[in-house]
Amino acid sequence: MKKIVWGIWLIATISLASYYGYKMFQSENKEALLIGDTSHGHFQIELACSSCHTSPFGGPEVIQDACTNCHAEELEESHDSHPKKKFTDPRNADLLEVIDARYCVSCHTEHKKEQTHSMGLTLPKDYCFHCHQDVGEERESHKDLAFDSCASSGCHNYHDNRALYEDFLVENHQGPWLKEIAQITEANAAAKLSAVFIPASQPGFEEKKTQHPDTHHAWATSIHAAANVDCAGCHSNSKQQWIEAPGIEQCQTCHNAEVETFTQGKHGMKLALGMTAISPSDSLMPFKNQSLAQHQSCSSCHDAHKPDRLFAAKDACLNCHNDEHSLAFDSSPHGQLFSKAIDGMIPAEETVSCATCHMPREKNLVNGKKVISVNHNQNYILRPNEKMIRPVCLQCHNLEFSIDALADEALIKSNFNGKPSIHVQSIDWAIKRIEE
Amino acid sequence: MKMKQPIAVATMMSSLLFLTACNEKEVATPTGIAPQQYTDSLFAVMNADRANYTKLIVQRLGPKGAGAIKPDEHWKDIENGALLPAQMFRAGSEEVAKVTDKFTYSLQSIWPINKQNAPKTPLEKEGLEYIAANPGKNFYGEEKLGDVTYYTAVYPDVAVSPACTSCHNEHKDTPKTDFKLGEVMGGVVIRVPL
Repeated sequence: MKKIVWGIWLIATISLASYYGYKMFQSENKEALLIGDTSHGHFQIELACSSCHTSPFGGPEVIQDACTNCHAEELEESHDSHPKKKFTDPRNADLLEVIDARYCVSCHTEHKKEQTHSMGLTLPKDYCFHCHQDVGEERESHKDLAFDSCASSGCHNYHDNRALYEDFLVENHQGPWLKEIAQITEANAAAKLSAVFIPASQPGFEEKKTQHPDTHHAWATSIHAAANVDCAGCHSNSKQQWIEAPGIEQCQTCHNAEVETFTQGKHGMKLALGMTAISPSDSLMPFKNQSLAQHQSCSSCHDAHKPDRLFAAKDACLNCHNDEHSLAFDSSPHGQLFSKAIDGMIPAEETVSCATCHMPREKNLVNGKKVISVNHNQNYILRPNEKMIRPVCLQCHNLEFSIDALADEALIKSNFNGKPSIHVQSIDWAIKRIEE
Repeated sequence: MKMKQPIAVATMMSSLLFLTACNEKEVATPTGIAPQQYTDSLFAVMNADRANYTKLIVQRLGPKGAGAIKPDEHWKDIENGALLPAQMFRAGSEEVAKVTDKFTYSLQSIWPINKQNAPKTPLEKEGLEYIAANPGKNFYGEEKLGDVTYYTAVYPDVAVSPACTSCHNEHKDTPKTDFKLGEVMGGVVIRVPL
């Protein structure tokens, strides 16, 4: 009898070990090894285990390096209010016993979707309280506030306070809710830098032009043709051979900043890891039926033969996105401005589209030149959404209006159809302290 | 016959040891540096660097001089912004923390603008009060944080320029508004794990 039981145990152990061993070392699809659903931010790449788990040994430093690999630049740009270097002094050892703020995963644990709030936070909302218990003694205005209300919209953010720090609020509190002249700058990175990238001599591929007259005609009146980007500009590789379907690497030769940010966002993060690009059917958000199988890349929004930026700025988005905020755009004040731009009644710089807010224009210095590129990481500006205030909202509105609007969830759902119904008192308190 | 083998081995071993011992050079025992001299030296460098930054950069190129840079609390956010001397000092300690944990240093005060820089440990508090009450003197002690014993030295941080006193006196978050030139405004706390 014992022999049979031992035999069964042996077979069961060997089969389980082989199954999981196969999954871990051989199989491409490691779904069986997932210990819990991944967060909204990472679920797209959850099967690329080695993007975070780069090594089986090495402890928490390995995971920390995985986080900083993708997110360190953003934290640096946001003038992180709680960088790791603030916590390395031994005098802070007692604070670290409560929350070890030196490591991202202390507050942003993965594979725990059931306790994950927005922006990947896996701590209860009173995490500020442990170190900042005595804020009521320093700030009269904060004495009676709820202990878990610190990191609410328009008040404080753990990492990015660029639009919220006291001196900024005081400096920028004036102005009407809607400015007289409201304009956004034109993106000019490719235009300013193109001379560097376009080769002096390109193969003509004349036979292709005669084979595809409609495409050739569309291209001939496009901005690529005006910039001297011939067929070879996209349809050839470094060996000057014809490529039938160029990938994002070809776009990247001139539009580097856009491709880089695209692959950091939710539309392109799978491409960054060499996985197949995401299509709406893989996502948990609501999408239109006709778009479910469209894998995302540059050409999903930009027709390469005749790029139309106004189309890419709104209609390309609404081709797929089917949520309340997107569907409410057309009837909103911003949407109505956009219709005027389509009809040619106002210049494109004075209109607001999906891209205006979700893919803002950024100033960069490249080789001493000031270039403006479009940040294609549509998620960057949402974490937290106060990131929108300085590059976008303040172009047309004042600070108080912007903070209130971004804190009003119902208003966001209706796509800013109306004025904010709540008021965040940050500016009032900051001004009061100055006057005292 | 039987005795010869162990004798041969013993002879070989002892001659080997003898030879190796003879060839070894005399190794001097390390003399070490007293912790007080160590922290005094560190403080001398830190202080000199910051005083130079204040006098030669901030005063010379700042608003009271050439007006080319704008030392400001929010230097990252303004054009031509530059660190305030206290921030430069802090940046130095952060940079040091990246390369070594053999010592740490920080700027503390019993009249801090940012309350996170108030003394935390009992020894810090004792040290900062001592240097405020005894101008010109340093404070040395030992304390245990977690399970590590530290040699902690507290040095007076003196207002070397009118820029120090005027900014601190006028800042909206300052608990003290009558700092004078040459007065102790806070302390540099250097910790060495023993």
